[in-house]
Amino acid sequence: MNNPASKRKPYQRELPVDWWLKHAFYTKYMIREGTSIAITIYSCILAWGLLRLSQGPEAWQGWLNALQHPIAVLFHILALAFALYHTVTWFDLAPKAADIWLKGKKLDDKFIVIGHYVGFVLATLAALIIITL
Amino acid sequence: MTNPIIEIDILRYRPEQDTTPFIQTYSIPYDEEMSILEALQYIKDELDGSISFRWSCRMAICGSCGMMIDGVPKLGCKAFLRDYYPNKIKLEPLANFPIERDLVVVMDDFIKKLESIKPYIIPAQEKSIDDGEYIQTPEQMAKYKQFSMCINCGLCYSACPQYALNTEFTGPAALALLARYNRDSRDAGSAQRMEIVNAEEGVWGCTFVGYCSQVCPKGVDPAAAIQLFKVESAKDYLIGMFKPD
Repeated sequence: MNNPASKRKPYQRELPVDWWLKHAFYTKYMIREGTSIAITIYSCILAWGLLRLSQGPEAWQGWLNALQHPIAVLFHILALAFALYHTVTWFDLAPKAADIWLKGKKLDDKFIVIGHYVGFVLATLAALIIITL
Repeated sequence: MTNPIIEIDILRYRPEQDTTPFIQTYSIPYDEEMSILEALQYIKDELDGSISFRWSCRMAICGSCGMMIDGVPKLGCKAFLRDYYPNKIKLEPLANFPIERDLVVVMDDFIKKLESIKPYIIPAQEKSIDDGEYIQTPEQMAKYKQFSMCINCGLCYSACPQYALNTEFTGPAALALLARYNRDSRDAGSAQRMEIVNAEEGVWGCTFVGYCSQVCPKGVDPAAAIQLFKVESAKDYLIGMFKPD
């Protein structure tokens, strides 16, 4: 490259801003990451509810009423869909972050994925029991 | 009946005369046994001797013929015309690397990264040849074997948007190679290599897109190597908080 007679002139391609729309794999990844925005907003609404609860029954009722608004209902349906998408795609990736060896053999990926679903179901049941008690 | 024809678009770039790459289309006789690499050889031999591409073994061992085939990083020798026919095929040089000429890219940065991770066994104690070999059980070998299958083709770097956005990132193949040595029972260099793992351009540059593992022609799983290192790196950080040295 330091040879002055060299005809070398490496061409650097630009990364297009819509690179993540060029391939379904990237698009799905961006959606997975993007779901975090909905989950963050959901968490903020929940934290707001907690604050209103600490301010007395009227404030709490106001928060509950606000949740009845069609936009709030629509947002929660959307947030649930996004959270489920994130959960499913994340569970699929979970085996990559697990390195469990039993009797000299790596534990099959499917057991790690199934383990996550079992944990998910148990945690959901536990939450339902606590709420309904 | 005339023989079927398949069209191939090639992104061409001749540094001595072109300022930007351009597409040139070639039509060749279709053969369902023909690989993309053989199609390129046909074009070079029969149609246009000026076309440049890298190749050697023709059997997915040398890692030379990586290119973008319809936008997907693949080895030319491991992709076949029949997977695309009757559609036109588009060939481009590997993404995220500078183009040297036609389908040849500049891989200096990639090679530099492979070298940077201390890709050799660092034993706890040097032994003389008279003391015999470093013994390893099949079980110990199984822990790193997958990561030793890399052929340095660079497809994973082409698949990595993080490398595309910032070439400082150590990247999938180099970190998988680092895992190969850190997981080797004969090696005691983990502490030295963890500095590379923990660095700004180390594993935390990865956002777990995971496409690197998808495109690997040898079944290496760089995404797994990197996520496991994130766990190690986090442990390193926590331990360092309580036990600074």
